[in-house]
Amino acid sequence: MELYELGIKAAQEGLSKGEFTSMELVESIISRVHAVDGKVGAYLTFDEEGALELAKANPGAVPIAIKDLINVSGQPCTCGSKILKGYVSPYDATVVKNLKSNGFIPAGRVNMDEFAMGSSTENSALGVTRNPYALDRVPGGSSGGSAAAVGGDLCIAALGTDTGGSIRQPASFCNCVGVKPSYGRVSRFGVTAFASSLDQVGPMTKSVEDAAILLKAIAGHDDMDGTTPLDAVPDYPALLEGATLKGVKIGLPKEYFEVSGFDPEVKRITEEAIRRCEAAGAELVEVSLPHTEYAMAVYYIIAPAEASANLARFDGVRYGHRSDKAVDVMSLYMKSRAEGFGPEVKRRIIMGTYVLSSGYYDAYYGRAQKVRTLIKRDFDEAFAKVDALLTPCSPTPAFRHGELQDPLTMYLNDLFTIPSALAGVCAASVPSGATSAGLPVGVQFICGGFEETRLLKVCKAFEEATGRVSPRREV
Amino acid sequence: MAGTKIDVAYVSDLARLELTEEEKALFQPQLESIVKYVEKISEVDVDGVEPMMHGRALVNAFREDVVRPSMDREKALANAPSRVGDEFLLPKIVEGAES
Repeated sequence: MELYELGIKAAQEGLSKGEFTSMELVESIISRVHAVDGKVGAYLTFDEEGALELAKANPGAVPIAIKDLINVSGQPCTCGSKILKGYVSPYDATVVKNLKSNGFIPAGRVNMDEFAMGSSTENSALGVTRNPYALDRVPGGSSGGSAAAVGGDLCIAALGTDTGGSIRQPASFCNCVGVKPSYGRVSRFGVTAFASSLDQVGPMTKSVEDAAILLKAIAGHDDMDGTTPLDAVPDYPALLEGATLKGVKIGLPKEYFEVSGFDPEVKRITEEAIRRCEAAGAELVEVSLPHTEYAMAVYYIIAPAEASANLARFDGVRYGHRSDKAVDVMSLYMKSRAEGFGPEVKRRIIMGTYVLSSGYYDAYYGRAQKVRTLIKRDFDEAFAKVDALLTPCSPTPAFRHGELQDPLTMYLNDLFTIPSALAGVCAASVPSGATSAGLPVGVQFICGGFEETRLLKVCKAFEEATGRVSPRREV
Repeated sequence: MAGTKIDVAYVSDLARLELTEEEKALFQPQLESIVKYVEKISEVDVDGVEPMMHGRALVNAFREDVVRPSMDREKALANAPSRVGDEFLLPKIVEGAES
């Protein structure tokens, strides 16, 4: 077994036993990246010397691939956009500080849809990322680089971010575990904002136990992010001990199984997952989340609205691209943004500006926030009856590059991950099977706000009941 | 709001985003179909429902108002597209003023 194949837990054990060093671990990843990343395209940049120096200075530390919107001091942070070409982060995001103080080092920066807007990583302005299980297909998105790196053994584990499904859907496509923590569980300071009321950083890993270890390392209160409460971070990995599905009440939200456009193989894999849970002693309960059908509409008002405000900072003044065709300040804004942003970002800025504009605010943004309350209440009522929800993660397996051309069709790919993001609860994708063509498919588990311990335990027990899912990889 | 039509040229101007004619022609129907889709929320009865601003019910997070070290000036200016001394350099803003 090569070192790059290891997960966090195995790497930590090997390091503590002195079987290898952090430098050897990083060297192994670098050689793997040299060998196959030309085909996959997971990484945008990899400061090899910097990573090796960090590994040398931190013996025992495990390298983590970083989604390219999380600031690491002295490294680029492009957010997959031309507008941040040449930008060098002046500081560490809180999650990066937390990584460093908990036995991890950042190593390599992975691709993403521009400003995390997308579900295929095709919106990256800086490169194509391919699914390691089918190179003609997308890795999902927006954390597609993170998922491809984990699924392709191009890293030990990665950080991604999830706004409407950007950790869970690519994890499902690339056979990884992906956890979207509850809103507020992990600091957003230093993470380039897309939709501030939704964004969360989370682990993308090769096992549930690894996700528990990495989540414990990054989570917690941060003075620099007022939305992180003081609640102590549980010892997630220790609490996984003895995880079982026996007696666990698992809700099956009927609205999720009634949608059209549901791939039959995904449906089959999800049904098999449900049967495995039942066989492992879980009690299945049908539940209803009646406002599910409005979640997509609410999301595509709230997320672009917040994005349009957040992305106003890219104006060519203090950092980022500045047009050399500007003649005055107004044309400097207009042209710098026109030249720097890609089409999907432009669409969402316009959509967001529209729903916030005078005369439309109440009908769109104001109303969407109220419907969001109703969506949250649906989850509250469901979690009064059950411990966790099981749903498909994405209605389809990984699709081909260029297959989804219409923006609205692409948006609908996230219909299973968006409601829980709006509700602010925690959710995860866990590998569950593969299609007959060998494409990985994950299922989604959802638990209430700050119920990560419960979520991880359910995922761990499910992972044990499922066994290793290992469809044939192309790298 | 039913039947409202997004004017992409006007809104992009509000967003300080210059679009080419090709982009306007591409985005106009795309955004119309997205706007039409999201208008679905008008069906929902939201009378008496409080808006949800964040992913978690939150109260204000207060802290003592004490000076803490912030980013070093040189670091803050290091990514400036154009600077003069300790300042960001921009084209003239006030019309008629001497440049």
